[in-house]
Amino acid sequence: MTVSLALIWPAITSAFLASLVEAVEALTIVLAVATVRGWRPAGLGAAAGLVLLVLIVVVLGPLLDIVPLRLLQLTIGILLLLFGMRWLRKAILRSAGVIPLHNEVAAFATETADLRRQSRQNETRLDWLAGLASFKAVLLEGLEVVFIVIAVGAGRGLLVPASAGAFAACLLVAGTGFVVHRPLARVPENTLKFAVGVMLSAFGVFWVGEGIDVAWPGEDLAIVGLMVLFLAVALGAVALARRPHVKVLQ
Amino acid sequence: MTVIQELIGLFVDDGALAIAILGVVALAALVAAAVPGMPLAAGAILVLGCPGVLLINILRASRS
Repeated sequence: MTVSLALIWPAITSAFLASLVEAVEALTIVLAVATVRGWRPAGLGAAAGLVLLVLIVVVLGPLLDIVPLRLLQLTIGILLLLFGMRWLRKAILRSAGVIPLHNEVAAFATETADLRRQSRQNETRLDWLAGLASFKAVLLEGLEVVFIVIAVGAGRGLLVPASAGAFAACLLVAGTGFVVHRPLARVPENTLKFAVGVMLSAFGVFWVGEGIDVAWPGEDLAIVGLMVLFLAVALGAVALARRPHVKVLQ
Repeated sequence: MTVIQELIGLFVDDGALAIAILGVVALAALVAAAVPGMPLAAGAILVLGCPGVLLINILRASRS
């Protein structure tokens, strides 16, 4: 199966950027757990989440080879459209000031307050609950990373570059979080979501087309054209939906 | 149960947008199956339909 650069770089970039967003969100909760209850429950919960993720990938990964390629492309194309356009919609509405921006500092404060409230109610079970919060965050955000890697990679033999992009992002966030011990509030999450939403939506249209035998003009290069189209529509949508006093994307 | 809800939430946030996307895909698949000699027709439906339903959804959301 031939893989062109027109697909490899978008696959790596979208997996990297999307994983960056997910990893930042997971890190915020793990840090909140560590702040309230220490690193032991936070680390154990995160490690358990990672182990379960690896198990899921090891058990379900080989099933991808059994699914006929057209059906796989159509299925992941539809899921990518749902996932990517959901991200893009939210990023557009946030950029336009229709809904508030996601704030990692606020998310950290909320999670910390929740854990402290739980500690007042039930001190003995708190380590368990804190570990569970860490586990759930890593598992759910990790599942999103796994989905993105499969979605952008499985349709055309791009699993390795997409995995490399995702792994690099997770490593970067984990390393930075380990050093700074603070939520990574400076990561321009909405801009990243905007870019990833554009890329994943373009991948979604492309894979659905491949799945139903559309002969794309320019073959793989069509994906670049689709990205430009989604970017133009998204920027136009921000301008049309913009509320007064909102001037910048992030 | 929470995990299942979270998993569904990965793909469906606004139900109207999700239904509209599935409608565009179904229409494109129908056209591809009915007119196999014109593969670009299904592509055109996807290319115009998906950004189109997104734009309409955004405009509705911004006015509500």
